[in-house]
Amino acid sequence: MGELYEARAWELREMLRRREVSAVEILRAVRERVREVEERVRSYITLTLDEAERAALEADAALAEGRDPGPAAGIPMAVKDVLCTRGILTTCGSRILENYVPVYDATVIGRLRRDGLTMVGKANMDEFAMGSSTENSAFGPTRNPWDLERVPGGSSGGSAAAVAAGEAIWALGSDTGGSIRQPASFCGLVGLKPTYGLVSRFGLVAFASSLDQVGPITRDVRDCALLLSLIAGHDPRDSTSLQVEVPDYLKAMEGGIEGMRVGVPRELMQEGLTPGVRECMERCLAIFQELGAEVEEAGLPHLDYALSAYYIIAPAEASSNLARYDGVRYGLRVEGEDMLEMYGKTRARGFGAEVKRRIMLGTYALSAGYYEAYYGQAQKVRTLILGDFRKAFERYDVLVSPTSPTPAFRLGEKVEDPLAMYLSDVCTIPVNLAGIPAVSIPCGLEDGLPVGLQIMGKVLDEATLLRVARAMEEAIGFRERPPAGRGVG
Amino acid sequence: MITERDVEYVAWLARLELTAEEKERFARQLGQVLEHAEKIKSLDTSDVEPTSHVVPLRNVMREDVVEPGLTQEEALSNAPRRQGGYFAVPRII
Repeated sequence: MGELYEARAWELREMLRRREVSAVEILRAVRERVREVEERVRSYITLTLDEAERAALEADAALAEGRDPGPAAGIPMAVKDVLCTRGILTTCGSRILENYVPVYDATVIGRLRRDGLTMVGKANMDEFAMGSSTENSAFGPTRNPWDLERVPGGSSGGSAAAVAAGEAIWALGSDTGGSIRQPASFCGLVGLKPTYGLVSRFGLVAFASSLDQVGPITRDVRDCALLLSLIAGHDPRDSTSLQVEVPDYLKAMEGGIEGMRVGVPRELMQEGLTPGVRECMERCLAIFQELGAEVEEAGLPHLDYALSAYYIIAPAEASSNLARYDGVRYGLRVEGEDMLEMYGKTRARGFGAEVKRRIMLGTYALSAGYYEAYYGQAQKVRTLILGDFRKAFERYDVLVSPTSPTPAFRLGEKVEDPLAMYLSDVCTIPVNLAGIPAVSIPCGLEDGLPVGLQIMGKVLDEATLLRVARAMEEAIGFRERPPAGRGVG
Repeated sequence: MITERDVEYVAWLARLELTAEEKERFARQLGQVLEHAEKIKSLDTSDVEPTSHVVPLRNVMREDVVEPGLTQEEALSNAPRRQGGYFAVPRII
């Protein structure tokens, strides 16, 4: 291991337990790193280093007394600014929430606090998690630590960039159409979108409620399993939260993949894959076979319609969820002569271009005369997609694809072309529509930029997902770090 | 094909004031995205039930007991304008 800020959470946890390092020392290393690179990367909207310092001191005090300070104690974390943090600014990347200070914690934050949460800051994101590059943040873009001219992905780009740049050890993101997996892939990290309902959405600012999930962004699969085990589980305050036992993911992750059946949906291997991504995929498929898994091309014909259905369903839900930003109870208000004028002006000034586009799109798709043709039809297509996955998982243990058809693109490259931007989520979106879990792990480089392998699993079968991810991680042996020069190595 | 008139109507439904430039740009961009979405219309879904949610949804009830909630002060703490313990708004009619 090199610097402390480059370590994995589980390594630091063991060092803390053995008293080889203190939580304050770890935080100091991360804080120095933030000082060194944050100006160039801009991972954070709000830094919470004083609070982190208090948490680190508490962790050290507990350790000195021989008490367990909790599994998250002393491990600096970046938290996507979509999660409500009591007493700490929560902007969601939007002007409309630039002064919003929640009076309660999201359930995942509350849980992590009990486990010793040491939060470095609230990470940058596309406004209301709408975007694939973090360029839609009202507070300016985040840059990719591997190449500062490129985007870190999105919408959890700040979370991923912070971990890749050494400004945090691990992070929380949220994923509605790929917003954890795609930035993890662009930044050479592990990112997992849990089964819909496994992790509480209470205190997660809503984008598309039937698709949103909170999940980990980490440096390896073990950290991913660890952080998932800390945030998963039933929450009475989220009525879509599932009443299930959370398995021991760290144990479940071991055991290899011999004899497993791996399907490769041909619909996710078609257009737009760069040569490097295709090459990485082919190498991964060969590794699967070397590890004793059976690999087969699979047909899930309705995945071809997933992107179209998603860009009706997600904006429709968003247009309804974002109706709450009216300048009355919280957030920005622009005064007007009457109520209607206040609404119109507040929302005009408070929302950025992409959010307005999606509100318009969703409102259109839900409006009288178009509802059946767009929203109704998209919901039926969603049923067909679910059916395809259900059938595929009768035959396969997991399905695999690239996480994104390309590595990280340049800043500004797609920002004026919404459709091109949407296409970068073509491989991740079907997973959200079906509510199944999926993980992205780094599997190679193209022109010095990380490429991600997406592994998709059955509903609530995160255990198998992590087991496959762990075996592949070991066999792939991805050790690359962001380079000096064009990156922040 | 989305006209600027369509855009104006939808913006009114969504309570969004748009500039002339935004109207022109959104008409074009929404047209592009909807054209892409046309693809789903080609599928025969006459026998397919819609999915609004992937988990089996039932009403979730809890015991009818008083639990701590937000105080009035907390609930009002982010209000842009307040008066006498209420949210204050401009005239409605």
